[in-house]
Amino acid sequence: MAKLRQAAIYGKGGIGKSTTTQNLVAALAEAGQKVMIVGCDPKADSTRLILHSKAQTTVMHLAAEAGSVEDLELEDVMAVGYGGVKCVESGGPEPGVGCAGRGVITAINFLEEEGAYDEDLNFVFYDVLGDVVCGGFAMPIRENKAQEIYIVVSGEMMAMYAANNIAKGIVKYANSGSVRLAGLICNSRKTDREDELIEALAAKLGTQMIHFVPRDNVVQHAEIRRMTVIEYDPKAKQADEYRALAKKIIENKKFVIPKPLEMEELEELLMEFGIMEVEDTSIIGKTAAELAAEAVAA
Amino acid sequence: MQTVENIKPCFPLFNEDEYQAVLEKKRTYEERVSPEKAAEVFEWTTTKEYQDLNFARQALTINAAKACQPLGGALCGLGFEKTMVYIHGSQGCVAYFRTYFNRHFKEPIAFIADSMTEDAAVFGGQKNVHEGLQNATKLYDAKMIAVCTTCIAEVIGDDLGAFIGNARKEGYVDKDFPIPYANTPSFVGSHITGWDNMFEGIMRYFTLNEMEGKAPGQNGKINIVPGFETYLGNYRVIKRYMKEMGVDYTYLCDPDEVLDTPATGEYEMYAGGTTIEEVKDAPNAITTFMLQSTTLEKTKKYIEGTWNHEIPKLSIPMGVEWTDEFLLKVSEATGKAIPASITKERGRLIDMMTDSHQWLHGKKMAVFGDPDFVMGLVKFMLELGIEPTHIVCNNSNKRWEKAMKKMLEDSPYGIHAKLYPGCDLWHLRSLCFTDKPDFIVGSSYGKFIQRDTLYKGPEFEVPLIRLGFPIFDRHHLHRMTTLGYEGGMYILTTLTNAVLERLDDQTKMLGKTDYNFDLVR
Repeated sequence: MAKLRQAAIYGKGGIGKSTTTQNLVAALAEAGQKVMIVGCDPKADSTRLILHSKAQTTVMHLAAEAGSVEDLELEDVMAVGYGGVKCVESGGPEPGVGCAGRGVITAINFLEEEGAYDEDLNFVFYDVLGDVVCGGFAMPIRENKAQEIYIVVSGEMMAMYAANNIAKGIVKYANSGSVRLAGLICNSRKTDREDELIEALAAKLGTQMIHFVPRDNVVQHAEIRRMTVIEYDPKAKQADEYRALAKKIIENKKFVIPKPLEMEELEELLMEFGIMEVEDTSIIGKTAAELAAEAVAA
Repeated sequence: MQTVENIKPCFPLFNEDEYQAVLEKKRTYEERVSPEKAAEVFEWTTTKEYQDLNFARQALTINAAKACQPLGGALCGLGFEKTMVYIHGSQGCVAYFRTYFNRHFKEPIAFIADSMTEDAAVFGGQKNVHEGLQNATKLYDAKMIAVCTTCIAEVIGDDLGAFIGNARKEGYVDKDFPIPYANTPSFVGSHITGWDNMFEGIMRYFTLNEMEGKAPGQNGKINIVPGFETYLGNYRVIKRYMKEMGVDYTYLCDPDEVLDTPATGEYEMYAGGTTIEEVKDAPNAITTFMLQSTTLEKTKKYIEGTWNHEIPKLSIPMGVEWTDEFLLKVSEATGKAIPASITKERGRLIDMMTDSHQWLHGKKMAVFGDPDFVMGLVKFMLELGIEPTHIVCNNSNKRWEKAMKKMLEDSPYGIHAKLYPGCDLWHLRSLCFTDKPDFIVGSSYGKFIQRDTLYKGPEFEVPLIRLGFPIFDRHHLHRMTTLGYEGGMYILTTLTNAVLERLDDQTKMLGKTDYNFDLVR
């Protein structure tokens, strides 16, 4: 049996982590890989395309109903969907209350104790909310858990900021454990020279752009039906893109400790690609009246 | 008035007019309800109607009859040689653990905290761990630092393993200084779980990556894992049995010296305990005996999975049958016979049981406490012909429930018994009013039920018999023994004499009830 590979997917909120992860996982499953997805997001939308469901009942929800996590059994929380993919959602509190990070910790501990990581699995993917905002959301990249991190990114400023921030988080854990950055997945927003930009960012971070996933409406068509493209339209060109991504991930050997960029460096990169304009520092802090007076004087 | 020549303690001092007047004023100031109203509400809390409401309670625990994980983790750490228990988290929690054990063991207890404050809660506790470990290794001359956590560190998700690793890397502590650790979130499980986690953490630290060349049976010893054990006599009685049988053993976690140091004028921070060498050698034992097997799940999994030990399926060695089973199994595993001295001890216990049975037979007793202890106690009660009634265990698990149910069904004395897993002492209070047992058996916390039942009237009083943990309000009971035949003798003596005390209490009214105030019982 091949060694179980555990990967975590991070990236800015709304970038398409869950969609990308599920399409990727579907492609892996299609290729005969045994995969489990662990959704680490209170929204619990990491498995809906695999399960064709609105939202899977989460570990924390079930635990709250049963009284405690100890009262749960593995089969209560685990569902099996397309291609035999095992699905678990950690879940968490409603917005504005409680601690979602703790929910992630509790759920992952539960899975470990209940033996969810069985020997047949090839891959576990953790689909993690937005940024590494607190210790709880770093849970998947701690010791003995995910060792490879993929960051979903696009050629937009905030997405790249977020990617850089996540890289900082990885450095923290990479120094004390074996977690490594395994690549950037570019989920295209059709911005100009997007592939070049992300490749440049990847180079600066010391990693690779593992795949450029073009934008295609078939993804949305599939999503409306709560399906992955792989399942909805296996012949679609986009399905091949996810297959290509899956293949690259299977073969991936490039695991690095990232070198996060300083703010200036990142801004320079953005300016170079015309995403950010060169800053005119002479106008900072000046009121309209002052600027008008200056204009007159000139 | 308090005077130097005649210093009165709290009672009866506060009964004097001057203090009573102050207390009366306080009552007015606090706008307390009238005594009549208070009595009315009290009466209501003793009814079946109130009990139903009480049992419908969901989001509240009153007098839980359990403590939290790090308390258990801390006790576990005390059982190893020159080991300082280090708790990553808030200061207040750790002060509580120290006093909790102080009050039970009447001994100084050394645990250290790294005092996380608000900034640590925001930025993570790595800095605290680094400086804490640096100070601790310099100040306390320890051979090992056993780290567990309080909820503040757990809620924010501090990565203990990484923090300790970083502390080594950055030179705060020596690279190879032993620092096993365990995550012990207070909001999961109880002190029992914490003991299990810390123990597994220590075993893991010293053996996980050092299994090469190790195999069961190589050192010819057996391992003994006590679990969360607060009766010091229990450590001693098992050691005595092993000695009398000629069995070579390793007590994995052995705090009976450090919790019972003699007064020599010198403070001993460390005394006795299992050595690191013994832990490293433990996988070579024939097998491992777990004295509290229903609750040591993580430990069991580790020892079976990593050490490849076939752990004997045994219940806690309390009472006659389960002590028999334990000793027979030890004998089977080691090939050593049970000597005449132990057989004689067993015979003495049987003799005592027959001597006292007429006082115990059919007595109804409510029981509360930790899962394995309660199980062992109830087992022995059934052997004695006592009828356990309400059995409250706040921190039990499904395995416990199943085993308890079976045990009660198998005995004619078990028919009145009902299990209350997950319930607290406020539930038990209701039960003691609506379905009165003759006695409650449990920790000091049961005394409030005794007080409340007495308030309803002398005929409603349910006296408390102190067996379990913690016992804060009686001295030195923690030195007694509850395991083995010797433990049976102590429990039997305690229960019988409590029954006789009670009978004396009821029959000592001159000319009224003293027709039964007998000299000979």
